[in-house]
Amino acid sequence: MLNAFLEALLFQAGYNTALVAIGAALLGIAAGGGGSFLFLRKRALVSDAVAHATLPGIGLAFMIMVALGGDGRNLPGLLLGSALSAMLGLIAVEWITRNTRLAEDAAIGAVLSVFFGFGVVLLTIIQTMTRGYQAGLESFLLGSTAGMLYQDAVVIAIGGSLAVAFVLLLRRPMTLVSFDAEFAATSGINVARMDLVMMGLVMAVTVIGLKLVGLILIVAMLIIPPVTARLWSERTEHVVFIAGGLGGLAGYLGAAFSASAPDLPTGPIIVLISFTLFAISLLLAPGRGVLAAFLRHKRFQIRVHRRQGLLALARGEVILEPLTRRVLRRERLIRRDGVATEKGRAAAAKAVRDESRWALARQLYQDETVYSRYDGLTPIETVLTRDEIADIDRRLGPPAPVM
Amino acid sequence: MSEVALELASNEGKAVAKPLPADSPLLIQELTVAYGEKPAVFSVDASIQPQSMTAIVGPNGAGKSTLLKAVLGIVPRLSGKVLVFGEPIENVMQRVAYVPQRASVDWDFPTRVIDVVLMGLYRELGLLRLVRRAHRERALACLDRVGMADFADRQIGQLSGGQQQRVFLARALAQNADLYLLDEPFAGVDAATERAIIDVLKALRGEKRTVVCVHHDLATVSDYFSNVLLINIRKIAEGPVATTFTAENLQKTYGGRLATAHIDQLKLPVA
Amino acid sequence: MGAEFVQLSLTPILIGILAAIACALPGNFLILRRQALIGDAISHVVLPGIVVAFIVTGTITTWPMLIGAAGAAVVAVIIIEAIRRVGRIEPGAAMGVVFTALFAAGVLLLEQTDTSGVHLDVEHALYGNLESLIWFSAEGWGSLLDPQALAGLPPELFRMAAAAFIIGVLTIIFWRPLKISTFDEGFAGAVGVPTTIFSLGLVIAAAVAAVAAFDAVGSIIVIAMFICPPAAARLMTNRLEIQVLWSIVFATLSAIIGYVLAGYGPLWIGRDHAVSAAGMIATVSGIILALACLFAPHRARIGAPKEG
Repeated sequence: MLNAFLEALLFQAGYNTALVAIGAALLGIAAGGGGSFLFLRKRALVSDAVAHATLPGIGLAFMIMVALGGDGRNLPGLLLGSALSAMLGLIAVEWITRNTRLAEDAAIGAVLSVFFGFGVVLLTIIQTMTRGYQAGLESFLLGSTAGMLYQDAVVIAIGGSLAVAFVLLLRRPMTLVSFDAEFAATSGINVARMDLVMMGLVMAVTVIGLKLVGLILIVAMLIIPPVTARLWSERTEHVVFIAGGLGGLAGYLGAAFSASAPDLPTGPIIVLISFTLFAISLLLAPGRGVLAAFLRHKRFQIRVHRRQGLLALARGEVILEPLTRRVLRRERLIRRDGVATEKGRAAAAKAVRDESRWALARQLYQDETVYSRYDGLTPIETVLTRDEIADIDRRLGPPAPVM
Repeated sequence: MSEVALELASNEGKAVAKPLPADSPLLIQELTVAYGEKPAVFSVDASIQPQSMTAIVGPNGAGKSTLLKAVLGIVPRLSGKVLVFGEPIENVMQRVAYVPQRASVDWDFPTRVIDVVLMGLYRELGLLRLVRRAHRERALACLDRVGMADFADRQIGQLSGGQQQRVFLARALAQNADLYLLDEPFAGVDAATERAIIDVLKALRGEKRTVVCVHHDLATVSDYFSNVLLINIRKIAEGPVATTFTAENLQKTYGGRLATAHIDQLKLPVA
Repeated sequence: MGAEFVQLSLTPILIGILAAIACALPGNFLILRRQALIGDAISHVVLPGIVVAFIVTGTITTWPMLIGAAGAAVVAVIIIEAIRRVGRIEPGAAMGVVFTALFAAGVLLLEQTDTSGVHLDVEHALYGNLESLIWFSAEGWGSLLDPQALAGLPPELFRMAAAAFIIGVLTIIFWRPLKISTFDEGFAGAVGVPTTIFSLGLVIAAAVAAVAAFDAVGSIIVIAMFICPPAAARLMTNRLEIQVLWSIVFATLSAIIGYVLAGYGPLWIGRDHAVSAAGMIATVSGIILALACLFAPHRARIGAPKEG
């Protein structure tokens, strides 16, 4: 199995497999990059409505093509149908949100379930219509690369490249709009048109991905990589590039992995690889990771209690709060009975000194920073220059010891 | 106005004898709250005087609303204690009424004015007790006190901002509490509403209840309130308006030259 | 409308109605809390929950499936909350990450598991099989009084009735705190409503409805019924009490009209095969919502939207 995986990974497992893997990687890049704009615009789940809304289009396209005497399974025809009904779904979401009191989440849910339900009705009609001849449209639900035609793989690869080119070409205006729509409008970008373009991109990715990962899971390729990227970066352009990279990686690895053994459907595998990357990031990312956040919160809590404890010591009060006692005790600032040690008295004196510095600074420097950062924890060194502090110390005179 | 002055003067007399902390309707000790890494409120102590009307005053982002929410336990406290009538607030919540900021709810919610006021009777009604005529009449009486009795059957979305604020106050009145905590009750309301609200709050004080308001309009502090708590993340000063609401303390709270211009307009005594 | 109807259509219609109502009831609150898509998320994570329950117990009986799916829903909600809070990711995206990943895991597990002996596959999970829940032992309306025939009613009917009943009773009992905490969470906390328990409880109730309905009717109906009837009902009235009643009416109508159109509609236009009842019920609920959006008396917003 490992061998088979490596073969697929290195394009040794046949022309079709290689083409599918490349197509999946390109699709992943386009989905990750394109999805980033949607995610930053806080409309990630609109893609769920778009994806589910493709199903009736697929069914109708099939019926029309058969009625015209053609092959109902013609992929470009089916994709055209799916794009049209996805567009209709999108218009429905926007119309409901704009013209009724219902919120966007309700509109999304309504559109996705109703379009999907109608699509299923059409599928059952097709089942009876074709009499034993398998239409195979169910494969669009969860995707299927097994027995994919050469032409289909080509369609996916070409579509994927076009979508990637599209993201690269329009990344600047789309970044501006998704970061700050009002500013973008004042700098001459037509926001409504950019939103439309963004949705067009999402729709394109969805349609191209239908055959590969299916309409239920394509949403994951549009959402998971951008969210993962967001955990690592605070900058919009970086989010777009990281998301594209992660999406491409997941698509490529997933396609190769699923080609290496039976019973490994491509769509779920790509999604799960993507989610694994996300889970690792959520745990370990420096700013927004679970581990970092936990440590930061603990450290912060200790800082607050330490400071409050020292100020209480300086005022000669008895410290009652158990956590404050534990914190001071651990640093040997107080004895077991709560009385300050030598070290504790020194630290308390320094804390008081800081407080007096702040108090004087607030009289001397009447600017916003000095006022808004007077939160008990900000060291005065971060707000004032060394000269200014020296000046304050001169005015304060020698520090008073804590008894 | 002269009535107000009279009331304030009489309160000063009362405030001289400082009560034991156990009698305080609201005692805050070393309360710290943080959003992420930055303290929004740092180590604030405060002792609200019985039957006083206290304004919590400070610049934007000074942690006024956060202080109130942390007192109520709506946002978690990082450290500190809150005692209401000498007991942890969690044990005596039935004696506390809270009026949140108007903008904190969705006014498109499908309900009528009278239903919102009846929410104030939740502790009495519990899960299944039916709303009887007596309950409705009490709710209507509360609406009447804020001048909204005619609106009882309106959908709440049809109200103006000032009317919404009055309905929120009526809901708090229905709670029949001893301590009223209000978050910016005068923000964005019309003059008539402001008048109506202040009248009700003063009447509450006359009924020996205690009122605490987050307040942002410096110009009305002296007219409306007996006591003031000045904060900017930390407590700056606390006490009767006449002695605490001074140019010097305001300067300490607000800082900056902009504040100086404002403070000059208030024509406060320089302590 | 005789014996054949009782035998073939009565029980599926009843099950459809009960499923629709069980989902629509919590849906009313989900919509007002701007959590409509929690219903979408739950109906996706039901699949992995049921597959895991099957792998553990080796059977597809009621209780393991119910516990597995409810467990999966709770796990999903906890992960969504964690991502939202710790990673500071907006709730929609956090939801999207979690339910797609869990659904993918469910599909993969299903592919890897030998389910040849039982009726468990993705398509069944999506569309259910309402049409198959017929009442074999019925011979006509008289069978409703015949204990022997009644013993042959499909077990799904009782399961769905129990779920709808429990959810209905819970909605009535907890009506007041649910309403207060949905309208004003801060105030609710201050008057002693345990708001966290209520929001989690609502999710669990939705999960129970989803699981019970899922087995009989599939997840499409579940999502559609969580959202479409309550959404249409919201446009009919400005009082929550009446909104909930409308949502029950719309849910019932969707189930009846949808089932009849699916079963008999094709015959009327001269075709001889029925179409998916689940899909048709969802479609009808969508048509009702569309009509409400166009003509309902209270379709436009009046209050200022919540800030922030």
